[in-house]
Amino acid sequence: MDLRFTPEEIAFRDEARAFMQKALPAPIRDKMIEGRRLVKDDLVTWQRILNAKGWAVPHWPVQWGGAGWSAVELYLFRDEMQQAPAPEPLPFGVNMVGPVIIAFGNDAQKKRFLPRIANLDDWWCQGFSEPEAGSDLAAVKTTARRGGDHYIVNGQKTWTTLAQYADWIFCLVRTDPSAKKQQGISFLLIDMKTPGVTVRPIQTFDGGHEINEVFFDDVRVPAENLVGEENKGWDYAKFLLGNERSGIARIGISKARLRRLKELAALATSGDKPLIADERFRMKIAAIEVELKALEMTQLRVLSRERNGHDSKPDPASSILKLKGSELQQAISELLLEVAGPYALPDQMPHDEAERWNEPPVGPEWAATLAPHYFNWRKASIYGGSNEIQKNIIAKAILGL
Amino acid sequence: MDFELNEEQRLLQESVGRMLAGAYDPDRRKRYASEPGGFSRAIWHTYAELGLLGLPFEEKHGGIGGGAVETMIVMESFGRVLALDPYLASVVLSGGFIRLGGGDVVQSTILPRIASGEMLMAFAHAERQSRYDLADIAMTARKDGSHVVLDGEKTLVLGGDSADQLIVSARLSGARRDSSGIGLFLVGAAADGVTRRGYPTIDGRRAAEIAFSGVRVAADAVIGEPGNAFPLIEHIADHAIAALCAEAVGAMQALHDNTVEYLKTRKQFGVPIGNFQVLQHRAAEMLIALEQARSMALFAAMMADDADPAARRQAMSAAKVQIGRSGRFIGQQAIQLHGGIGMTMDYSAGHYFKRLTAIDTMFGDADHHLARLARSGGLAAA
Repeated sequence: MDLRFTPEEIAFRDEARAFMQKALPAPIRDKMIEGRRLVKDDLVTWQRILNAKGWAVPHWPVQWGGAGWSAVELYLFRDEMQQAPAPEPLPFGVNMVGPVIIAFGNDAQKKRFLPRIANLDDWWCQGFSEPEAGSDLAAVKTTARRGGDHYIVNGQKTWTTLAQYADWIFCLVRTDPSAKKQQGISFLLIDMKTPGVTVRPIQTFDGGHEINEVFFDDVRVPAENLVGEENKGWDYAKFLLGNERSGIARIGISKARLRRLKELAALATSGDKPLIADERFRMKIAAIEVELKALEMTQLRVLSRERNGHDSKPDPASSILKLKGSELQQAISELLLEVAGPYALPDQMPHDEAERWNEPPVGPEWAATLAPHYFNWRKASIYGGSNEIQKNIIAKAILGL
Repeated sequence: MDFELNEEQRLLQESVGRMLAGAYDPDRRKRYASEPGGFSRAIWHTYAELGLLGLPFEEKHGGIGGGAVETMIVMESFGRVLALDPYLASVVLSGGFIRLGGGDVVQSTILPRIASGEMLMAFAHAERQSRYDLADIAMTARKDGSHVVLDGEKTLVLGGDSADQLIVSARLSGARRDSSGIGLFLVGAAADGVTRRGYPTIDGRRAAEIAFSGVRVAADAVIGEPGNAFPLIEHIADHAIAALCAEAVGAMQALHDNTVEYLKTRKQFGVPIGNFQVLQHRAAEMLIALEQARSMALFAAMMADDADPAARRQAMSAAKVQIGRSGRFIGQQAIQLHGGIGMTMDYSAGHYFKRLTAIDTMFGDADHHLARLARSGGLAAA
């Protein structure tokens, strides 16, 4: 047991940190720090910088652009990227459909899709959730009926993140309506430009537009867009959901937000003193720092177990990482709201994609994003399997209840 | 970075675990607690035979040269069975002071005797007024020729009623809460002017109130730098915190295992109560609290001898906060999930809860360390 990073790992971290500092465009970094909304072009720009460096899809097999890093190096890379703070690569391509295609797709699909995912030439979105299938994902109703060399898709997906930019959507569709729930589901890739696909925005209560409804009305999808075998889609979906364990706690993001929190708490005043001088407020911050350090150690323990190859299946401990990680992200967003104090009140975050509000700010400019940020992060305990679902997984898979 | 135990560490864990499983069960524990000093001398000698009592000492002092990780392994095993023995007092605290602050002669006379089990020691430090402030020392040490004369009273001396030798802190100079001016002295428990009153503690162990009245100590009985012993006191207190964190994790693990087992076997309304989602979720929350605590016990072990004392102290504070909070949550919920049986003296859950509660009060509770961490500017991000 040696609980410290090796000199090689520290050198790797320093290299990643230096790269982030040098390569991340300042306007994107400033938006990230200030919590302003990113636009499509920001993510594309950053992804292509990463790809030019060979770091776009480091966790993929080397043959498809992977970097051949260890689990610890991957962790350090992501941690540095989150702390920079840089945008996280669009997960639907590099973390979700990409690995599914690598594991279960055919050669033609790999050659066609993987390089374009790495370079964000194709923007992917995820067609899993439906109005009647949220936490109960296997209840999907969208149908794909085989007719010759095509499937005809009908149904509706919802909560589809960033579908407004998407070129492609990967979907769970029901190909055998007579089969039992988890059987009869297939994994289908659908071009968003196909006639019959309609995207309708859902505005969230923070004012943002991240999620959408996607409707399929007699959409013709070439049979070659089926991944793997027909009616085996549930296996691929489980693989996808269990795949993203390193970085699921997003500790680097929380570190960066904590840093921002301390900076702003030094700017905000309470009485004649900066808020950061208030012991009660400092204790709230310290309590989060303790939990975050514990979570980081938990994350590293999971990585260590992975590296020592105890099993290749997803570690149920990833449920702990997701649950605690989201709780901490939310706790930090609460303290940021408290830093804003009365200046949480003015509603001055642009509701569309305009870069900035055109009016002069009411109160300190840094306060304008904090209430929407707080509201927006309530999503973290809902998405990716709600925290209650994570507790079910822990109870069943770890505790055997 | 590697969290896996190496071969030797795994062997240590297995042999200690096997020995303790054979030595301890609730009935035997009750019997040991009623022996003089509140623990079993026979088991103490078994520890000596296994090398546990010299674990952190160098081989030339009868030890096996273990570090913080080895101590963590042993303490966690003690926690699982709620071992009663004064290991923290004798080996971690007193042994630590002599190992890091004793002169050659003191080391070579005392450490082998701790390791062999023939000498028990305790650290007499806290005073009635000091609460969790390690520097709050009113007891005086007055120079008198080549001797030092000690006057004052110490409280809550863990293992103090069975100790043969004491390490005593006293003030050579400065005001009551100054960190400078403190010295450490080796005092025989039966020396002239020492009176002690032993008593049981809530966790089934024993401690003592000890008074010192004109106790004369020879110059060679000084540990550390006279008048400048505070950094050493902080360092050894940090070792104790790391050790207690590991012990607490062992206790939490055993208590959680026990609770989950109970959920699977206890039936109500015709089904095991573990079928109820509200109880499943509580058990899941307990597991998260346990894993977070385990992570911080590892962090504490990793930082226990860090070259930067400020970073070391911050790390121990962070660990103690997590252990205190997790221990309280797991303890309370374990009792709740057991229901009535959990309230009984004859059932084990309450004893684990009491030990976890006791650990929180030692070397600063969760609130104390949270405030300390907040004052120091928070935990530095890596």
